[in-house]
Amino acid sequence: MTIESSKRVELVCPAGSLPALKAAVDCGADAVYMGFRDATNARNFPGLNFDEGSAAKGIEYAHQRGVKVLLALNTFPQPESWERGTRAVDQAAGLGVDALIMADPGLLRYAATRHPELRLHLSVQGSATSYEAINFYRRQFGVQRAVLPRVLSFSQVARLVANTEVEVEVFGFGSLCVMVEGRCALSSYATGESPNTCGACSPAKAVRWEEDTEGRRSRLNGVLIDSYKPGESAGYPVLCKGRFEVNGRVDYAIEEPTSLSLLDHLPELLKAGVKALKVEGRQRSPAYVRQVTTVMRSALDACLANPDNYTPQAAWTAQLDRVAEGSTHTLGALDRAWQ
Amino acid sequence: MKLALGPLLYFWPREQVEHFYRKVADLPVDVVYLGETVCSKRRFLTRADWLRLAERLAEAGKEVYLSTLTLMESESELRTMRKLVGNGAYPVEANDMAAVSVAAEAGVPFVAGPHLHTYNQETLDLLASLGARRWVMPLELSAETLAQMQQRCPAGLETELFVYGRMPLAFSARCFTARNRDLPKDDCRLCCGDYPDGLPLGTQEGERFLTLNGIQTQSGRVCNLLTELPRIGKLGVDVLRISPDSRHSEAVIRAFHEVMTGEVSPEVAQQRLDETTGEIYCNGYWFGEPGMATVAGQ
Repeated sequence: MTIESSKRVELVCPAGSLPALKAAVDCGADAVYMGFRDATNARNFPGLNFDEGSAAKGIEYAHQRGVKVLLALNTFPQPESWERGTRAVDQAAGLGVDALIMADPGLLRYAATRHPELRLHLSVQGSATSYEAINFYRRQFGVQRAVLPRVLSFSQVARLVANTEVEVEVFGFGSLCVMVEGRCALSSYATGESPNTCGACSPAKAVRWEEDTEGRRSRLNGVLIDSYKPGESAGYPVLCKGRFEVNGRVDYAIEEPTSLSLLDHLPELLKAGVKALKVEGRQRSPAYVRQVTTVMRSALDACLANPDNYTPQAAWTAQLDRVAEGSTHTLGALDRAWQ
Repeated sequence: MKLALGPLLYFWPREQVEHFYRKVADLPVDVVYLGETVCSKRRFLTRADWLRLAERLAEAGKEVYLSTLTLMESESELRTMRKLVGNGAYPVEANDMAAVSVAAEAGVPFVAGPHLHTYNQETLDLLASLGARRWVMPLELSAETLAQMQQRCPAGLETELFVYGRMPLAFSARCFTARNRDLPKDDCRLCCGDYPDGLPLGTQEGERFLTLNGIQTQSGRVCNLLTELPRIGKLGVDVLRISPDSRHSEAVIRAFHEVMTGEVSPEVAQQRLDETTGEIYCNGYWFGEPGMATVAGQ
């Protein structure tokens, strides 16, 4: 069942390191995605990602076990980093990855021209939220899959799928981007570095914690993101998940610390014709990858075997909530009430 | 260099919009972008109303573009965009690849708006080959990057720079104004209309950080590159974009115009503008710093 299921909906899991890659492969991922150790991908965090040697090892490990490897080159190179971008495309092609996940139109054109045999996926950073946009990338660069920004409702996803021959991948679990991916410069506004330019959002080097008798405060390049009373649990100061003052009210004005989880709604996604389910979290530990991959594999198999009678096990939900940001989850934009 | 008035990013009553553009007809701007770029639920003006405004401004000698919605999610939004691109009279500002695609197929000339991903020369080449006549630099890029882009900008492709206004930094499926008012987006009661210059978001220390404008999040500070005009001119920028607000657009347009014509020095114009607006300005992106930073020019 698993093998046949995999053909129908691919489970795509994060590999921020070789141990994480092995965890994903061992726990049932159909594909893993990784990035190089620099600003060519949207998880450019210290200590994360792959050099050419470790990438080759990871690809070998995955391929020996029938698991695909996708490589994210999804930042937007500027003139001074352009050559690094094209070199990364060439490197990835040489390494034998199964697809590149890309966002920059110029770099997509380079890849499509130089490596016509290479399969291309449009990254979520490409901000393609309609079939009209996705079909454009198909015509221009032969893109074969698009990862959807987390802005569409279930019915909008289904309509989009019905109007394109490009495979559609959606996020199934992980930290929630509230903004249209690829169209958010909040991080560079506060810190100078954004996902588009540097592959980083709310970068660790801009974070400062203060602690005194009144509690703890988190800052991003000096801007107060949140404050916590003594004993209150504190999270990483992602800019859009802090507590701010609007109209005299201090609250999570943009979004609470929470994770996206589609565990309860896999049948709807299958029915919509989604071809791949992505787990976010290249910046997370191998233990996280192991946990989430295991649960999502079980859930996806159960759903594929019997979509009409699928009910997520309580244990799955509990396991995912334990590793979720804010220990809680949401459907995000898929649920119109969230919008 | 030409002076442009970007699309109105806020939701104003119809009378206010019409009054505003009646005034714009007499102001020294060369280019005007018209239309709703933020939220498809903002429909005080119909397409016919916008076209009428376009006609009036074109008669006043303005170069008019119709701007498309930035975040497109529904079929009806795509339909609206296709009609806009196919209006038959005015070129468009494409704010999403869907609009670029439709414009390119129809042979309609377009401006590549600031929310497309135009970060390198190869992307400029691509856009030019599809029919772009102008590109607006993404807000987060610096003068240095602009200089490099300009070195190999395709012939005939104009460069436009956002020089004044609250910067539209992010878009979401969620409406943050409605969220603040405890309203679901599907029943938002058009509450963003209560904030003609957006809803300020401050830190818990009272620092103005961002501005909520429906599904759009803007900078808290106003970007202002007035005193950088000499350097901007040397970089071969063709068009300067001022983003409209409800209170100071006329003064801002006049200030930029006076510096461009050499009537007033940038420093004096800036001093006068400070007195008029009382805004806290930022210009960090231009200097390769965090966007919210205020860097003293050379």
